[in-house]
Amino acid sequence: MLSLADIHQTFTRNGHPKAILKGIHFQLAAGEIGCLLGPSGCGKTTALRLIAGLETLQTGRIELAGICIADGQQHTPAHERQIGLVFQDYALFPHLSVTENIAFGLAAWPKNERRARIAAMLALVGLSAEADAAPHQLSGGQQQRVALARALAPKPRLLLLDEPFSSLDVELRERLSIEIRDILKSEGITALLVTHDQREAFAMADQIGVMNDGIIQQWAPPHQLYHQPKNRFIADFVGEGVLVPGRVRAAHQVEIELGLLDGVATCDGESCLALGQDALVDVLLRPDDIMHDDASPLLAEVERRAFRGADFLYTLRLPSGQRILALVPSHHDHAIGEAIGIRLMVEHVIAFARPI
Amino acid sequence: MKRTAVLARTLSIALTTLTASCLTPLALAAEVVVYSARNEQLIKPMFDAYSKETGVQVKFITDKEGPLLARLKAEGANTPADILMTVDAGNLWYAANEDLLQAVNSAALKNNIPAHLRDPGNAWFGLSVRARTVVYNPNKVKAAELSTYEDLASPKWKGRLCLRTSKKVYNQSLVAMLITEHGEDKAEAIVKGWVANLASAPFSDDSKAMEAVAAGICDITLVNTYYFGRLIEKKPTLPLALFWPNQKLKDPTAGVHVNISGAGLTRHAKHPAEAIRLMEWLSSEKAQNLYADVNLEYPVNPRIKADPIVSAWGPFKHNTTNLAEAGRLQVKATMLTDRVGYK
Amino acid sequence: MPRGMGWFSVVSIALITLIPIGVVASALLHPDPVLWSHLWDFVLPELLVNTVWLVLGVGIGVSVLGVGLAWLTALCDFPGRRFFSWALLLPLALPAYISAFVWLGLFDITGTVTLWLRDAWGLHLPEFRSRGGVILVLTLALYPYVYLTARAAFLGQGARLLEAAQSLGHSRRQAFWSVALPMARPGIMAGLILALMETLADFGTVVLFNYNTFTTAIYKAWFSLFSLSAASQLAAILVFFVFVALLLEGQWRNRQQTHAARSSQNPQRIRLRGRHALIATLAASGIWGLAFVLPVLQLLAWSWAARADLDARYLDFASHSLLLSTLGAFIILVLALIVAYAQRLNPGPAMRTLTRAATLGYALPGAVLAVGIYLPITMLDKQMIDSGWIDAPYLQGTLIVMLLAYSARFMAVSFNPIEAGLGQVSRSMDEVAQILGVTGINRLWRVHLPLLRPSLLAAAALTFVDIMKELPITLMTRPFGWDTLAVRVFEMTSEGEWERAALPAIAIVLVGLIPVFLLTKTMGSSQHHALAC
Repeated sequence: MLSLADIHQTFTRNGHPKAILKGIHFQLAAGEIGCLLGPSGCGKTTALRLIAGLETLQTGRIELAGICIADGQQHTPAHERQIGLVFQDYALFPHLSVTENIAFGLAAWPKNERRARIAAMLALVGLSAEADAAPHQLSGGQQQRVALARALAPKPRLLLLDEPFSSLDVELRERLSIEIRDILKSEGITALLVTHDQREAFAMADQIGVMNDGIIQQWAPPHQLYHQPKNRFIADFVGEGVLVPGRVRAAHQVEIELGLLDGVATCDGESCLALGQDALVDVLLRPDDIMHDDASPLLAEVERRAFRGADFLYTLRLPSGQRILALVPSHHDHAIGEAIGIRLMVEHVIAFARPI
Repeated sequence: MKRTAVLARTLSIALTTLTASCLTPLALAAEVVVYSARNEQLIKPMFDAYSKETGVQVKFITDKEGPLLARLKAEGANTPADILMTVDAGNLWYAANEDLLQAVNSAALKNNIPAHLRDPGNAWFGLSVRARTVVYNPNKVKAAELSTYEDLASPKWKGRLCLRTSKKVYNQSLVAMLITEHGEDKAEAIVKGWVANLASAPFSDDSKAMEAVAAGICDITLVNTYYFGRLIEKKPTLPLALFWPNQKLKDPTAGVHVNISGAGLTRHAKHPAEAIRLMEWLSSEKAQNLYADVNLEYPVNPRIKADPIVSAWGPFKHNTTNLAEAGRLQVKATMLTDRVGYK
Repeated sequence: MPRGMGWFSVVSIALITLIPIGVVASALLHPDPVLWSHLWDFVLPELLVNTVWLVLGVGIGVSVLGVGLAWLTALCDFPGRRFFSWALLLPLALPAYISAFVWLGLFDITGTVTLWLRDAWGLHLPEFRSRGGVILVLTLALYPYVYLTARAAFLGQGARLLEAAQSLGHSRRQAFWSVALPMARPGIMAGLILALMETLADFGTVVLFNYNTFTTAIYKAWFSLFSLSAASQLAAILVFFVFVALLLEGQWRNRQQTHAARSSQNPQRIRLRGRHALIATLAASGIWGLAFVLPVLQLLAWSWAARADLDARYLDFASHSLLLSTLGAFIILVLALIVAYAQRLNPGPAMRTLTRAATLGYALPGAVLAVGIYLPITMLDKQMIDSGWIDAPYLQGTLIVMLLAYSARFMAVSFNPIEAGLGQVSRSMDEVAQILGVTGINRLWRVHLPLLRPSLLAAAALTFVDIMKELPITLMTRPFGWDTLAVRVFEMTSEGEWERAALPAIAIVLVGLIPVFLLTKTMGSSQHHALAC
C-alpha cells in the first residue's frame, strides 16, 4: 500500500543545511501496521509529515496504492491524499463538538450516509454517549479516541499516528495501544505509527523500523528486532541487555566469561568467522538469557534489584566485575550482596565486532 | 501588581496635591479666573497685555460653551470662575437665565457698550461684534439683485444658495432674529424657502460655503464677516464680495444681523472687583482694537474704529434688536430648522 | 485571589464607569415632553436610520478590511509583507476627524481633486458628504482595531489545527474558512466591538460630514436646545442599547468558548505568487496609502505652511499629552487586568454582566461622560466643604478627575484585548501552576503575565493612543495650564482654522507612533520553534 524509496530531506536553519533524512526506504502492505521507532531528532516525524504531504519532498519517491504522491518534481497536496492523521496533541477543533469534529472530513458525503458513519465511528471508539460534548470536557484518552474516529471517518487509505499516546499515562497507554490495534485490524486499515516508546511499538506494530540519524537501521517484526538486532544501536535501543566481551571460537561459537556459547551466532548480522578466529567481539546478553539456577556452580553477586511484580530484574556482578542483567521469577527473593547461581540460556548468539 | 497600583495612586495623589495647591484662593496675589469659549489664541494676547499693564494674573480654561456651563452649574458656589466668556449671545442669555451670572452695575461698561449689545439686566456684556451677512459671486450676481435675508427664500435663487449647517449657533441666532421680526410661522416659511433653494447639502463651516460660491456650485451664501476676511486674506483672487442686507427697510430696528462675543460675571465669583475691572478694560479704548482686530471683528465700543481691512467693507446698519432675544428664541429656532429639514 | 476580593475589586472598578452613567441616566427621571415630542417627530427617525446604516457599514467595512489584511499578513507571504504587518497599524495614531477633514478637503464638493476633475476632465464625483463617505472614512480610521486582534488570533492558533483540517480533505484556503476564521471569532469580535463603540461615540467626524447620528442629536439637545437633561436621556438610551448588544455578544461568545489548543509551531505561510502576490501587495499598499500616507502627507504640507506656529509651548503640550497618556494607560491597564482576571476566576453570567457594564464608557460621547464624572466629584467636594473638612474644593479641577474620566471612558480599550488574550490561556495552565505551588498573585505574575504579554502590550498601546487623541474629556476636566496637543487641535478647528490644526495633529501622530511601534514588536516575532523530529 505504502512505499517509500530513497527519501532524502534536508532542512536549512539559520543558513546551515542539516540533513534530516538520509535515505529512507520501506514498504507497508495493505492492512499492515508499521512503526517508525527512534529517539528524538532521528527524523521519524519528518518522514511522517512527508507522507502526509505537510512537507514537500526533496529527493525520493513516495507511492500510495501504487500511485506516486510525491517525488522531487510533483507533490500531491495534503488535502488530496486521503491520508488520515492522528496528532500527538489530538488537535481536536475546540470550537466544534465531538460529532462535528468527526463530521469534519465528511463534508462531501450525503447527509444520511454521514450521520450513519458518525454513529458507526462513535460506536467503534466507544464514545456514543459523548456525541455532543465539547473537546475540552473530555479526558485525554477520550480525546485521543475522538481524534482517531475523526481520522478514520473519511475512510482513508492510510492512517498516520504521531506519538499518539505520549500525553497519556502509562496504564492508559498500554490499554489504548491494544484497543486501537484491534480497531485498525478489524477495519483492515493500513497504518504507520511514529514513536520513541518501544512498548507502544511492540504492542501495536506488525513491522517496526528502528531509526537513527536519518536512516532506518532495521525494518523487521518486533520479535525479530528484539532477538536479532542487526547492529549495536538497535541492540542498545530495543529492550534491555548488556554487552559482554567475548572471543570468536568457531562459526557458531563464541566464548565469554560465563562460558562457551553454542548455537546460531551472528556477528554484525553475518557469519562470525568472517571476523576471524579469536576476533574480539561484544556479545548481547538480555535479561531473559540468564536463568537463575541454585544448582549452578556459576555464581554472581546481587548488586541491585528491581521488583516488577511478576519478576525481579537483578543486576548481577560477575567475579570479573562485569555486570549482567537477569530476569528472575519474583518468588526467588534474594537480598543484595547475596551470591546466586546462574545459567546461560542463549539460543541465538548476537555479537558485534569490538571497535578497536 | 498591587504594589504598582499603590504606586500609581500615590503618584496621582501627589500630582493632584500639587495642582490643587494651585487652585486654593489663598493665592491672594490678584488674579481673575476666566472660563472661555473664545479660543486661546484670541484671548491670550489680551490677557497677557492686561497682566502686563495691571499686574493681575489671568487664569483661563477654554472649552465649548455647553461643557463650560455644565461645569459652572456643577461647581455651584465652589466654582473658581470669575468670568464666563462666549462667542455668541445665546449662551450668555442662557447662562443668565440659569442664574449662573450676576448683574454688574458699571458705568464704564454701560458707556462703552451699546444697549442692544448687552443684557438689559446687566448680567452680560458684548465685547466684539460679528455680522452675519451675504457673500456672493460678483461674476454671477449683481449687487442690485440682493436685498434682504428674507428675499433669499424667493424662487429666483433656486439652486443658487449655499448655507452652513443649522447646528452652528450663528445660524440659530439668525433664525431667532427672523422669528423676532416676523413671528414663528412666517420665519418658518422663510427658512423653508432657503432650504428649497439650496444648491448642495449644508456645509460644516462658513469657509467651505464660500469656497462653494467661488467654485461656481452656488452664487450666494451667509457667513460671519471675519471668515470672509480670513478667506480673502488667504486667497485674494477668489470671486467673492460682501453685501449688507436689510439696510433700506422701514423698521427702525432692521439691519444686518449681528452677534457678539461677550462676557459676564459669574454668580459666585471669588474676585468680583478684579473681574469687573477686566471686563471694563476689555471694553475700553485701550483693549477694543486688540480684542476685535485679531479676529477681524467689529469693536463693540462705538467710539473705536475697526481694523482697516474690516472698515473697508463699508459701514452698515445693525439690527438693533437686543441680543437677549437670540438666546430666548434659540430653542424655538432650533426646532424650526428641524421641522423644515434645514440640516 | 479569594472570591470575595475578586468581586469587590470588579465592583469598585466598575463603579468608576457606572457612577457617571448612572448620573447621566438619572436624567431619564425627568423627561421634557415638549422636547421629546419634537425629537421624536423631527430628529430621531432620520438619525436612527443613519446610525444603523453607519454601524452596519463600518462594521462590515472594518471586518472585511481587518480580517482580510490580518489573513494576508499572518498566514500568507507576499512582497512587502513584513513591512505592511506593522505599517497597517499606523492609522491608529491618526484621529478620525483629522483624516475626515483631509478627505473632505480633497473629495468634497469644493475639494481640490473634485474641482480639478470637474474643470480639467468634466468628471463629476459622487457627493462625498454622504453616508458612503462617512462609512469610508471611519472604516479606514478604525480597521486597525480588528486588524490587530484578528492577527493576534490567527498567529496564536498555530499550525496544528490547519494541518488537521488538511488531513481531513480541506485545502489551505478552505481551512481558513472552516477552522482559522471560526476560531478567531472571539478575537475579531473584541476588535469589532471597539471599532463600533467608537463609531457610536464619534462626534468630530460626523459633524464634518453633517451626518446626523445619535451623537449629533445628543449634542443638539445639549447645545442648541439648551437641555443637558434631554442630551443625557438620549445618551442613556444609547448606552442601554450598547449594553444589551454587549450582553448578547458575551453570551454568544461564551457558547463558543474555545480553550484554544495552542500550538507552538507557526503555520507555513501560503506563498502568493505572480498575479496573486501583486494583488496582495496592491491591496495592502492601497489601504495603507489611503488610511495613513494620504492624510499624513497633507498634514505635513499644511504644517509646513503653518510652521510659524511652532514655539516653545509645543514642548509643554507634547509633554502634557505624553504624561497623561502614559499615566492614564498604565492605570487603566492595571484596572482592566484586575477586572479580566477576576472574571476568569469567577466565571458566570453575573460577573460577565458586570464586566460588560464596566466597559460601557467607550460608547458614550466624551463630553457627556465628563459631565457625568464632574457632577459627583463636585457634589463630593461640596459635601466635604459643608462638613468643614476642607476650605476649598479639593478634587475638582485636578488630575484625579481627568484620570477617573479616562478610566471610565477607555476601560473597554484595555479590557477587550486582555480578555481575549486571557481566553487563549487554557485552564490547564492554571492547574499545572497550582500543582507546582504557584498560586494567586504569584501565578498571575509568573505564569499568566508572560503569556499575556502581547495582549497587555496591545491594550497599553491602544489606550495610550486613544488618550492622546481624546478631546472632550480633556477639555472639560483639565487643570489650569494643562493644554495637550489634542486641545491645541481643538483651538484651531473650533474657529475653522483647519490648516493650522495640522501642526498639533501631526505632533499627535508622531508621538502616537511610539506606542504603535512598540505594539508591532509584540506581534511580528512569533516564535519559530524547531521542527519536531
